[in-house]
Amino acid sequence: MAYSNMLIDHYEHPRNVGGLDKDSPNVGTGLVGAPACGDVMKLQIEVGEDGTITDAKFKTFGCGSAIASSSLVTEWVKGKTLDEAKSIRNTEIAQHLSLPPVKIHCSMLAEDAIKAAVKDLQDKKAKGAAA
Amino acid sequence: MTKPIYLDYQATTPCDPRVVEKMLPYFTEHFGNPHSRSHVYGWDAEDAVEDARAKVASILKVSPKEIIFTSGATESNNLALKGVMGFYGKEKPHLITCVTEHKCVLDTARHLEQQGYEVTYLPVKPNGLIDLDELKAAITDKTALVSIMIANNEIGVIQPIAEIGQICRERGVFFHTDAAQAVGKIPLDMDAMNIDLLSVSGHKVYGPKGVGALYVRRKPRVRLQALINGGGQERGMRSGTLSPALCVGLGEACALAEKEMDFEGKRQKEFADLFTSMVRDELAEVVLNGDEKHRLAGSLNLSFAGVEGEGLMMGINNLAVSSGSACTSASLEPSYVLRALGVDEEMAHTSLRISFGRFTTEDEVRTAATKIIQEVKRLREMSPLWEMMQEGIDLKSIQWAEH
Repeated sequence: MAYSNMLIDHYEHPRNVGGLDKDSPNVGTGLVGAPACGDVMKLQIEVGEDGTITDAKFKTFGCGSAIASSSLVTEWVKGKTLDEAKSIRNTEIAQHLSLPPVKIHCSMLAEDAIKAAVKDLQDKKAKGAAA
Repeated sequence: MTKPIYLDYQATTPCDPRVVEKMLPYFTEHFGNPHSRSHVYGWDAEDAVEDARAKVASILKVSPKEIIFTSGATESNNLALKGVMGFYGKEKPHLITCVTEHKCVLDTARHLEQQGYEVTYLPVKPNGLIDLDELKAAITDKTALVSIMIANNEIGVIQPIAEIGQICRERGVFFHTDAAQAVGKIPLDMDAMNIDLLSVSGHKVYGPKGVGALYVRRKPRVRLQALINGGGQERGMRSGTLSPALCVGLGEACALAEKEMDFEGKRQKEFADLFTSMVRDELAEVVLNGDEKHRLAGSLNLSFAGVEGEGLMMGINNLAVSSGSACTSASLEPSYVLRALGVDEEMAHTSLRISFGRFTTEDEVRTAATKIIQEVKRLREMSPLWEMMQEGIDLKSIQWAEH
């Protein structure tokens, strides 16, 4: 299978590998996928005072396409509001990395990871406001 | 780009140059039809085919009359299973095989089931070997054939063949074995092991692709219903004009393998030991899949916890290996062989099959181990599963969203 240079670059030099403090009220964590299916993504986002995403980190268990997809979205979400981040579509990820058709599910997982991280953060904020 | 180091000898082997050299004249100057009886072109080709047949027979310690040339191990396995069931199946419609057999045996067994035959698929123990008591219990007076491979193509484990043969002989059941991965690697003796039918592959023993053989015992005689009808070649069991070049290639490959088996076995064992110790010195949580003792010398199937196999393969693209992970095939299911051993799905996704062969060098083994260690470390650093394992979190305690 021939992979695009963009994909290989993200695989070989992944951006923003690591973690943020999951207990911080300003950090949202999304953990999607399943080990039994061969891919798991953990995506974390941090928001600043103005509600935009200031930092993002990931860790991924999966094939090169899954690693590249998650690396890419950590770059894309930075500077975005939560709503803007949620509007990132898997098709954009797949197109940017020129994912082969059998790897489209990797981009879908990355989209799910963003949504899960945003939801976690919004749940935290709602809880914080209620308390 | 320089080609990657080839460490996938269980998938196929290169044709040994000494084999190619013997084959070449049979494409050009000795082009005769080995079945032509009226001139020297035919006689020359026939002599070459019979000489090759004797060489294949020699490595199995049998008479050349018991060797049938085929197009490969897939055809040999088809002929053995369908041929025996076709001939004896009216009285004895039951076949026994095993869940970790090669697809060409399993698919043939499924086909026979659809035709109305009864098939028992023996499970394997966590080490990949069958339980002999389960085999004994599965044999009935309706059983015609037991088909159990010698060495597994994914994990390299070697089944207790002589014991299986003895059980089959005592119970009056024919015993077929797929020896594609075993011929030329371990000593085989059809009489001592009570094997009645055995499949050989050319391209797994440094011979050409497109040729194989089936050993069919003459005493006591095993009869087969032919799959291919025609001029009655190969004692009526496999019609069609033989390719003298391919037969010569298989014969020469068997002769070389027989001569070099001891030396090669020792060399490859050293490679496997070197590789394993290098990897284990640097990496924790590396699991060898399949029995540690009863296995082919040069074959390893290792799971690297926390690192997905296909992701790893992309990082070690200077090495040609294969993975038990899902994504290499179009399906999302990990290897059915590893699953049959009871390997957890997530561990099955982390497996690599590495096999050394005749043209592997120590330098290549060291380069491969070093590269794999480096990539596994890098990928574990970015693996959420490895992180959880380090924190002592049981991965099974998490509610995963299976997709």
